[in-house]
Amino acid sequence: MLSTVCAFINAAIIQSIPLLFGSVGEIFTEKSGNLNLGIPGIMYMGGISGIIGGYIYEKSAENPIPILMILIPLLSSLLGSAFLAFIYSFLTITLRANQNVTGLALTTFGIGIGNFFGGSLLSLFGETGSISLIKTGLCYKTPLPFYTKLGLFGETFLSFGFLVYLAIAIALISSFVINKTRVGLNLRAVGENPATADAAGISVTKYKYLATCIGGAIAGLGGLYFVMDYTSGAWTNNGFGDRGWLAVAIVIFAIWKPKSAILSSLLFGGLYIICVYIPGLSSSAKELIKMLPYLVTIFVLIIISVRRKKENMPPASLGLSYFREDR
Amino acid sequence: MSDIALQLKGITKRFGSVVANKNINLCAYTGEILSLLGENGSGKTTLMNMISGIYYPDEGEIFINGQEVVIKSPRDAFDYKIGMIHQHFKLVDVFSAAENIVLGLGEQGRYNIKNSSKKVSQIAEKYGFDIDPEKKIHEMSVSEKQTVEIIKVLYRGADILILDEPTAVLTPQETKKLFDVLRKMKEDGKTIIIITHKLHEVLALSDRVAVLRKGEYIGTVITSQTNEDELTEMMVGKKVDLNIKRSDPVNPQKRLEVKNLNCNNREGIKVLNDVSFEAYSGEILGIAGIAGSGQRELLEAIAGLQHIEQGDIIYNDPKTEKSENLKDKTPLQIRSLGVRLSFVPEDRLGMGLVGNMDIVDNMLLRSYRKGKSFFLQKKEPKTLAEKIIRQLEVVTPSANTPVRRLSGGNVQKVLVGREISSSPTVLMAAYPVRGLDINSSYTIYNLLNEQKEKGVAVIFVGEDLDVLIELCDRILVIGSGRITGIVDGRTAKKEEIGYLMTNSNGGKDNE
Repeated sequence: MLSTVCAFINAAIIQSIPLLFGSVGEIFTEKSGNLNLGIPGIMYMGGISGIIGGYIYEKSAENPIPILMILIPLLSSLLGSAFLAFIYSFLTITLRANQNVTGLALTTFGIGIGNFFGGSLLSLFGETGSISLIKTGLCYKTPLPFYTKLGLFGETFLSFGFLVYLAIAIALISSFVINKTRVGLNLRAVGENPATADAAGISVTKYKYLATCIGGAIAGLGGLYFVMDYTSGAWTNNGFGDRGWLAVAIVIFAIWKPKSAILSSLLFGGLYIICVYIPGLSSSAKELIKMLPYLVTIFVLIIISVRRKKENMPPASLGLSYFREDR
Repeated sequence: MSDIALQLKGITKRFGSVVANKNINLCAYTGEILSLLGENGSGKTTLMNMISGIYYPDEGEIFINGQEVVIKSPRDAFDYKIGMIHQHFKLVDVFSAAENIVLGLGEQGRYNIKNSSKKVSQIAEKYGFDIDPEKKIHEMSVSEKQTVEIIKVLYRGADILILDEPTAVLTPQETKKLFDVLRKMKEDGKTIIIITHKLHEVLALSDRVAVLRKGEYIGTVITSQTNEDELTEMMVGKKVDLNIKRSDPVNPQKRLEVKNLNCNNREGIKVLNDVSFEAYSGEILGIAGIAGSGQRELLEAIAGLQHIEQGDIIYNDPKTEKSENLKDKTPLQIRSLGVRLSFVPEDRLGMGLVGNMDIVDNMLLRSYRKGKSFFLQKKEPKTLAEKIIRQLEVVTPSANTPVRRLSGGNVQKVLVGREISSSPTVLMAAYPVRGLDINSSYTIYNLLNEQKEKGVAVIFVGEDLDVLIELCDRILVIGSGRITGIVDGRTAKKEEIGYLMTNSNGGKDNE
């Protein structure tokens, strides 16, 4: 029994990491008042960019060096997802396009790019078969060296690749930056009331661009974790599924707090796979249980809407573009 | 007197063809309270916005402590130690007072909100403010929010403070407290400029008074050597002849009786206080008052759009000769009785018309309920739209042009024209000539006169006293939600109305 529970917790953590990257990235973005619904597409983009970087390096180097096998996909993933977030920023901040429409379009676009290169990368280089970067995947999966000595505890909590710890670290750092620094104060002001921030001498445009691009890059790491660690360097079209949307739901569930996003992601990750660990479920019951995360999100939305506590509300100008002459 | 802290020379500012400030010369001394007095639209706020970096003057120079300066942004103004407290607060609701105060400051050292809170408390103590630096803005009252704004400016080390109508949102007790604080700041050597149109406050607080009228600088007087009459005359000026035709009311009958009306605004603050008056058929009743004195709420209460706390609105129906209380009716029922409201808000398109829809569809907005079939019937509204375009000389490519693309005057003609077309019995027109050129204004005045001759009870809320005096049969003056007087339009003096407008106590304290 205990081992089943531990296996479940272990699996829940693994499931939660893409969600955590995605939701922290989106929280960062939303704090600047940008509702980036392109996050699911950006996560695909992060995944495929990492694959492309890793593939080219693994193919061109005779003896790939492990540290480069980690850094090159990491860098290309960050660039790819930040680039998509930059397109979103340019459209919504500079051209003041509708944020929802732009975001949804980018999601479609990002998923399309992912699937296009996922399907055609090998043939572009004159190979056949499917993408499988086993060596790179192994580098990403390298666990902490001492975890086996810690028995079941180590097995459950410490048997992961470095991206897992990075995800938690980024969530904690984001929380610190947003709540405890001057930059965070300015960022929150931009998302709450850009006219006030502007009058106080804060560059609204700069903050929005930076927050959106950094947020996009963070979210993209979720895609990278999925392709390199979770699937060990293999790409399957649409394999990432709807995790991007779950990440957006977690933002609401965590009421825009990166620290809460850690536990929320764990909960959602757990709910995502719990059906596997409950014995004797019919396939239709499994599907119903998979619905739980979304039900919980709707429930949370109802609760915060009823309580109307100002601190738990989304940033006041979320989804609105800012134009100085409008005031 | 001591040194000149701020001097303006020949400041001119235009917005398009409108001159908001014309060749203004003004100075403020260190350690004094200067009142800037003027009616609505006299250019007080525009002038101060140029000092605080929101606008940039087209002509003229600004001197701070004898040095010529260029102020291009609020940042520049801070650098010259100028701080302005706007009428609409610029605060982040979910932040604490201290967080709002330090927002955007490039202070040295690590960010530590506790230290900032301490510094805020020190400033508050020095000048006698009452504030909790950790309290969130959304939990604060209006006066507390204003305190935060003032401390924000002081925290940045401002020596020249500009307050834009600071007492408009305060209770008398809060006003007294604010004045005490301002006096302490003055003793501390700060220069304070306060924009206001309340005469008794000017006399109670300031050392000198500068008066603006219609964008022009009229003069500065020392408060101790002046009185209300002189200030009122400087503010409203001599009467200008406009030659608006005015016929005598024919067979006036009591159409609308408002009795002891009390209303609160959204924040729960009383905006109408025991308002009682009558409107007669065949006359134009003018409503004069400083903007935001309750005119909007009064009209909306009559139209059924504003919740009535107390009081009655009796409507005498000329068709059925029955009296009905509008208080219990829905806006739709009130409309069908023939009570029509055309309100032109500051942004003009904010109420009554949909900018992206064409003239025909905007006509349809008022009549679609008449339709019986599933499909829209556009024939009737189209005829009406064409009639309005022809009769009121609306300049538009066609009846199918989106209203948004018409010029302001033409938009207002469409709005007023639509309300008139339904042959109302009571027509309420609020600021119908707002932003219009002379010719369009006269078209609107003629329209109102026509309605009056048809026996409609017209209620006209206006900004320009000259127009009110020439157009209206009776003028009701409203000040801070109370009726301060009802005067005859044919015999009224401009000074008299100006005095009633600025005296919210109904002039009782001087009688």
